[in-house]
Amino acid sequence: MNQEAIFPETVGAVSNLSGPLFCVETDMTGWQIIAQELQQQGARLLGIWGESLGDLSFLIHALFLQKNNCLWCRLRLPETAEEFPSLSAIFPTASRQERAIADLLGVHAQGNTDRRPWLRHAAWPASFFPLRQGPIPQAELGVQGDTDYAYVTLSDENSHEIPVGPVHAGTIEPGHFRFTCLGEQVLHLEERLGYTHKGVERLFHGLDPIGGLTLAGRISGDNTVAYAWAYSMALENIAGITLPDRATALRGICLERERLANHLGDLGAMGNDAGLAFALTQMMALKEELLQGNERIFGHRYLMDVVCPGGVAVDLSADASRQLCASATRWQERLQDLELLLREHAGLRDRLVGTGSITPARAVHWGMGGLAGRASNQAWDLRVHLMPAPYDRFPMTIALASEGDVAARWAVRFAEVFTSLRWQEEVLAALPEGSHQIPCALPKQGQGLGIVEGWRGEVFVALRLEAGKIARCHPHDPSWSLWPVLEEAVLQDIVADFPLINKSFNLSYSGQDL
Amino acid sequence: MYRILKEAWRLGKVGRSVPHHKSAGVLARSAAIRHVDAGSCNGCELEIQALGGPHYGLEQAGLRFTASPRHADILLVTGPVSRHMAAALQDTYNAMAHPKKVLALGDCACTGGVFKGSYAIVGPVESVLPVQGRCPGCPPKPEKILEALDALRNDQVVP
Repeated sequence: MNQEAIFPETVGAVSNLSGPLFCVETDMTGWQIIAQELQQQGARLLGIWGESLGDLSFLIHALFLQKNNCLWCRLRLPETAEEFPSLSAIFPTASRQERAIADLLGVHAQGNTDRRPWLRHAAWPASFFPLRQGPIPQAELGVQGDTDYAYVTLSDENSHEIPVGPVHAGTIEPGHFRFTCLGEQVLHLEERLGYTHKGVERLFHGLDPIGGLTLAGRISGDNTVAYAWAYSMALENIAGITLPDRATALRGICLERERLANHLGDLGAMGNDAGLAFALTQMMALKEELLQGNERIFGHRYLMDVVCPGGVAVDLSADASRQLCASATRWQERLQDLELLLREHAGLRDRLVGTGSITPARAVHWGMGGLAGRASNQAWDLRVHLMPAPYDRFPMTIALASEGDVAARWAVRFAEVFTSLRWQEEVLAALPEGSHQIPCALPKQGQGLGIVEGWRGEVFVALRLEAGKIARCHPHDPSWSLWPVLEEAVLQDIVADFPLINKSFNLSYSGQDL
Repeated sequence: MYRILKEAWRLGKVGRSVPHHKSAGVLARSAAIRHVDAGSCNGCELEIQALGGPHYGLEQAGLRFTASPRHADILLVTGPVSRHMAAALQDTYNAMAHPKKVLALGDCACTGGVFKGSYAIVGPVESVLPVQGRCPGCPPKPEKILEALDALRNDQVVP
């Protein structure tokens, strides 16, 4: 592949890690220049994270995505430097990730005007940085609530604030939302997350690479297949092995079934939030059928620990394959009826259309991807653009909508349910022969990256092994880049629309809080 | 409306029929549940949501989720109790009226699960609140959750 054609000259000497994945080492001046250059070429920032190499030596990583390739950019900070140039003026979603780096690593982003903590609340001292190697000050850890966070306040004397959370009225994850309203109208929303912070990145440190899979599959439970795949892909990347076609095809089936389960659940829940319990009942009934099928065939309702390094843990018998295919056909018929019925339901349309809108222009500003991005006409889908196996052999079509409102996110979900079901029928009809799992012999050290289009968007895992153990593992959820967009999506709407808008994004708290 | 009724008719009654509960414990036959996610990976939440679906007949069994801890008999806790959620969990428990019971749901809530030993975790729910019921699993299946809830509401022991 001609690398000059892919990246601008200013990026420097790029090396190929594997397939469409490239790496570049840079310095303090190059860091922002590369980001600027890539942003102008239409690339998106997928994530920024930091790493301690012991004795106060730090690395800052960024992953950029262009339509057909990824660039993993590494910045080694000079000795004793505890600052790096901020990318938040170039990519607005970088801000919270830089604040998280400051909390966990004690390295600040120079130029990021927001110096408030993000993942750290009041439970441990500001002088403790969990991702720096060193002992944990057990005696100083507490359970205090976060009471002095400096929320943005509007000076308008007619407005009032509504604090919501971290404990919510329904069965959802914890997070705090601070609404500033004028009557019912939302003037401003500020999110405060980090409540489910579990110290996952530190837990990975020193784990056996195969043992790390269990943890990787529990970063965001609703996205377990995507995380397990990304983690396994990173390991396979290091080991330099290529999987048999059957193994990748089965992984594809698992990933699409996860997408289906979540889309069905969300469609039902969105209907319910709009006051149409009928949608919830119908969708939950279908979702339950799918989950029971998962358990019967793969041994777990949410397919946890099914994807593993070297392939998948469970092979599919000819009979099971026929069962899956038959249910895919049956669900399509059923869902076509439901889709039409719900599309023509005036009461439902009234709540969905025009609510929580993000225009395509704003979506470009935020660098949106994933399902929410596609609903705002951002054509990013790794399955279609990077075409990792099995999507090279069995192509997937992209589902787009341009309105960017709740109705668009609803429509994209339905469209993806149908493309996903058809894709599964196609794969199951021509399931490649061969082995479902091959041994994955791991070298003692190396670094790799795995990236997968989960149902929310791009999930990636960056991994470095040292002496046969995990030295650094950074799992990254697409929710990082979408949470800030939600703050904008609720403006112009009323407080009562928030649950519906929130559900239409359905972002992960756990995946972001780590 | 006709089409909605038609689809509802077509779906019919899914899942198994709900067992009839004859025993009457402290909470008699009905109980209101307040759920708090204390740092879960959201796997357990998926199963709690599934419980509310048509296959499991939660409300037919006399159980329902409530938005306010003031109305709750049972506190259903998921997650390994992250340090950042410990205070909110305690507040929720304090807001509940007596008699009240706590059910630790999932491996994380019972033992800390895969997150055990982290600096950001307080530990299992029992290290923060008195726990009367445990339902392990990663995540526990809806039938198991239903069983655990049922056992807890029929339990005569009052903390």
